[in-house]
Amino acid sequence: MKSITRQKPYDEVKQLSEDFNRIFLIGCGTCATMAKTGGIEEVQAMKESLQGEGKLVTGWIVIPTACDEMTAEVISENARAIQDAQCIIVMACALGVQRVNSYLPKPVIPALDTLFIGMEKSPGHFIEACAQCGQCILGETAGICPLTACHKGLLNGPCGGTNKGKCEVDKEKDCAFTLIYERLKEQGRLDLMRKYHPPKNYQVIPRPRMTSLL
Amino acid sequence: MVSKFKQALDNGKFVVTSEIGPPKGTNIEQMNHHVALLKDKVDALNVTDHQSSVMRFPSIGGCQAIMEMNGEAILQMTCRDRNRIALQADLLLAYTRGVRNVLCLTGDAVPVGDHGTAKGVFDLDSVQLLHLVRQLEAGSDLGGNKLAGAVQFCAGATVTPEAEPLEPQLIKFEKKVEAGAEFFQTQAIYDLERFAKFMEYARQFPVKILAGIVLLSSARMAKFMTENVPGIFVPQDLIDELAKAPKGGALKKGIEIAGRTIAAIKKESLCDGVHIMAINREEVVPDILAAAGL
Repeated sequence: MKSITRQKPYDEVKQLSEDFNRIFLIGCGTCATMAKTGGIEEVQAMKESLQGEGKLVTGWIVIPTACDEMTAEVISENARAIQDAQCIIVMACALGVQRVNSYLPKPVIPALDTLFIGMEKSPGHFIEACAQCGQCILGETAGICPLTACHKGLLNGPCGGTNKGKCEVDKEKDCAFTLIYERLKEQGRLDLMRKYHPPKNYQVIPRPRMTSLL
Repeated sequence: MVSKFKQALDNGKFVVTSEIGPPKGTNIEQMNHHVALLKDKVDALNVTDHQSSVMRFPSIGGCQAIMEMNGEAILQMTCRDRNRIALQADLLLAYTRGVRNVLCLTGDAVPVGDHGTAKGVFDLDSVQLLHLVRQLEAGSDLGGNKLAGAVQFCAGATVTPEAEPLEPQLIKFEKKVEAGAEFFQTQAIYDLERFAKFMEYARQFPVKILAGIVLLSSARMAKFMTENVPGIFVPQDLIDELAKAPKGGALKKGIEIAGRTIAAIKKESLCDGVHIMAINREEVVPDILAAAGL
């Protein structure tokens, strides 16, 4: 699983942090490093930009995995510099931001937008693969999730907007149901495409979602 | 009160439907004018449901206008803007207003319309919506609760006979038939030989097929549709014919083409009727009917 992130426009970060002159920076060594949005290089670049604005960066750290509970230890190791700061700018996905936020009373500001939970298709290219619906249907859809891969999240086949295997919203995007069809055909299992999928349960775990696995 | 449209389909007559596009705004004069102009010339009038994801006066409001003028309405209902609760409620409302026909559609994607940042709902899909209509008819809602007063609709759907690839489209067509679709209004067709092949296949199912007739208003429009609209292929000879029309005469030529296509479909008994879409040119539908000899 990888959290795919994109840097917010610098002006937005600047506006979110305009009331603060002393800032501590946190990056993430996992997903945001891989996406080149919150690794060492990006955190250093942010530090320079903020210093260019006349802000004081009291310190910075790239936490190995910002969403992990070990983040608590990293924060306490940097307690002094964090104490000196008025706010924390986090260059991690929203999981990292919220993890940091849960340990500190100070304002925490996200520098990234979390786009989706996805996987790397080819170097530098990411696709969303799972909408975490709580009721996996991949066993009936040739291992391709229509809830995620179809723009409309349809279950019972392609809409009228599909064209030569592409999606109506973007000619660069594949039609999920053409992919499913081709793969099921190859497997000699097209009967699965004829199966009626009833309305989906969108409340498998009502939001806010939480569960105990113990 | 039963569906007059359903009766027309069952009588085996060559059924003609057309459609009304509601306005963006509260000025419904022109829409009412189109209804008055067409209601007695066709067997039923569809009312589009925020077509192309463009926000407009609602489909159900257009249907109400048709019913008030004693016309026959087909409520187009997409899954784009309403969850299953709202869809059911609108079906109840439509039924109490005398609407007896519903066309169950997925709906265009939100980003193609004029509210591109809106949340697309798609809680149900078109096949599930057809099932839902049948469930409401049986007297209970999707939650399994008993209704105080059920509905009764002649339910239909759409199919794209020239979709590419075709087989996934046909599988979905069959799912719609199984879900209870009684009639289909097709995506625009221009090549009757290809359409005849589709009909050979479709004839095995106990449903009525109305061929989609989209008015070509210029060679440019025909070319644009072929290049950009999924499942629409205007043969080159028709594009040439439109291009050769005298200046200012392309629309007239388009009416002639639509008319003779309809006449040929009827003469060869290719299918059970036609659905005429004159997109923003409802005024000329009577001319198309005249050109078709109807």
